[in-house]
Amino acid sequence: MMLKGVGISKEFLRESRGTNRFFAVQETDIALESGQMTVLMGRSGSGKSTLLNMLAGLMQPSSGHILLGDTDLYALSDKALSRLRCEQIGVIPQGQTVLHSLNVVQNVCLPYTLYGEDAHEADARALLERLGIGALCDVKPAELSGGELRRVAIARAMLRKPAVLLADEPTADLDDENTEAVLGDLKQAAQDGAAVLVVTHETGAERFADRLLRMNAGALAEVSPAGDSGVSDGL
Amino acid sequence: MKQSLVLRDLAGRPVRTAVLTVLTALLALTVLGGTVIVTSLRRGLGALESRLGADIMVVPYEATTQKKFENIVLQGATGYFYMDSARAEKVAQCAGIGQISPQYFLASASSGCCSIPVQIIGFDPETDFTITPWIRRSYGGSLQKNDIVVGNDLNAFVGDTLKFYGVECRVAAKLDRTGTYFDTAVFTSAETIRSLIASSQALGMNDFADADPSKSVSCLLINAAEGCVPEEIVNDINLHVKRVKAIQTKEMISGIADGLAGVSAVIGILIAAVWVLGMVILLLVFTMSVNERKKEFAVLRIAGASRGMLAGLVMKQALVTGLLGGIGGVLLALAAVLPFHTAIESRLGLPFLLPAAGTVVLFALAAILLSVLTGAAAAAVSALRISRIDTALILRGEN
Ligand SMILES: Nc1ncnc2c1ncn2[C@@H]1O[C@H](COP(=O)(O)OP(=O)(O)OP(=O)(O)O)[C@@H](O)[C@H]1O
Ligand SMILES: [Mg+2]
Repeated sequence: MMLKGVGISKEFLRESRGTNRFFAVQETDIALESGQMTVLMGRSGSGKSTLLNMLAGLMQPSSGHILLGDTDLYALSDKALSRLRCEQIGVIPQGQTVLHSLNVVQNVCLPYTLYGEDAHEADARALLERLGIGALCDVKPAELSGGELRRVAIARAMLRKPAVLLADEPTADLDDENTEAVLGDLKQAAQDGAAVLVVTHETGAERFADRLLRMNAGALAEVSPAGDSGVSDGL
Repeated sequence: MKQSLVLRDLAGRPVRTAVLTVLTALLALTVLGGTVIVTSLRRGLGALESRLGADIMVVPYEATTQKKFENIVLQGATGYFYMDSARAEKVAQCAGIGQISPQYFLASASSGCCSIPVQIIGFDPETDFTITPWIRRSYGGSLQKNDIVVGNDLNAFVGDTLKFYGVECRVAAKLDRTGTYFDTAVFTSAETIRSLIASSQALGMNDFADADPSKSVSCLLINAAEGCVPEEIVNDINLHVKRVKAIQTKEMISGIADGLAGVSAVIGILIAAVWVLGMVILLLVFTMSVNERKKEFAVLRIAGASRGMLAGLVMKQALVTGLLGGIGGVLLALAAVLPFHTAIESRLGLPFLLPAAGTVVLFALAAILLSVLTGAAAAAVSALRISRIDTALILRGEN
């Protein structure tokens, strides 16, 4: 399945500038294909998170449509869109995002338990093990380091094996070794068939990219010509 | 949404959960406690009114100057006074009287001659219209010589024998509770009380002056005839019969009614104040917790929760804390009011008659419902705000 942005832009009001309107994301098309890992780089404030949030169904674009397959995300009711996000779109947001009243494994199982489904706890534990924090499954998030919390969020986004995986600086708090591991996991998810978008400052990330995009003051540009899905971490 | 999330989140925030629960408990406690107390006072007044059971009471003038009569009837003091039956006959001749019946008062002593110091009230079974209907409720037979009927608070039971001035009296019945001072009195027929008065005179235990028990009564109870105004009868008696005082029952208990109105108003204000304060604090706690929890709600959004589910989470938690608090508060109120009703009664100095168990249960359920609704109302504002959060914006704030 493909996640497509068609003619999307995001405009914000800004009161203290010469013009009080500005585009965080200028009108652009973007397509995330299944099996591909797209890496999006760009300076701070260039509009990367804004683009990702629009793709995640969390921020209505000022213009254009987001299509998951044939479904126009923003034409759905909030209920339907939420359910779709739960099942098909894994989001790893910037910053730390855990529920402190739940332990680690309960946090990871959230996409299942939210709608009263079976928690898939065994899968969650296996995933946490793979991400290197298997020992922390039954610990409360308050006891975790920043990097460990981040991996909890990654596990939560990946647990349901969503068709689309959107990660906003997923390696920000991680050391080199774990950065490699996480990017490798995201890459693996892509190879397993997901459409993956990773926003990152990590210079090593290009190595994992099937496609490399760059954002510059709201303008999206392709850095290297789009490789077909067969081209992988070639150095 | 899975219930466990609602509960886990409550458990994960013990302080907030405790504050919400305790607050709601306080609301339920005041509303139920207050309602039960006010209702009991109303019932107490009603019971007193129906126990007095007459429009007019006529007593010897001396009894009113010393407040003896009011003290016996309203304050539970023991005492006695008599007037000549000739005076009583004159009263009976006044116009507009529908029913009239004499009563006889005697106070038992605490010394060896008597089992307990109580007020003994004698009535004339032939004419009585106030005490007999009340006795009928717990005793079907007629009172034989030396049979007595005891008030509910007395530590005596049917079949027991109590001794007054050397006379052994059999307890024929125990009356229902009235919440008035009648609950500590003993009732008997005119015939029995006359013999008790005579025995006490023989023992020299009371100061009866010149009373001849066979020719004396203590007071007269009068009901106005159809279409007659009690006030006119009272004026008529006070004008034409010497050395007696006719009192309208309504006026006599107006002091108690005033006291009741005062207490009710204070309780009403108290309930209102606690509720307003409670609502404000509840609203505050919910609003504060919305701000504090925004981030967590954003996480739920990302994981796929709809806006409705977030609002539902807030509302369900409010229902849980409301229910817990409501039940807790109701239990506290019942534990505070039910066992201590006699203490409350003597503290307030007003007749106090607890409502029937069914009514209390009904009040309790209403208090719980009210607490839950209040919690829900306070949470609704927050639920609405939560359901409108802009997830993307919240996540930005945390970068
Ligand atoms: N809700 C908003 N209202 C107004 N301006 C906004 C809003 N969200 C983002 N912006 C602005 O849009 C621009 C792009 O923001 P965005 O968060 O997408 O940048 P970014 O590329 O993700 O930066 P970083 O690498 O620091 O995360 C910024 O200038 C930001 O100030
Ligand atoms: Mg960003």
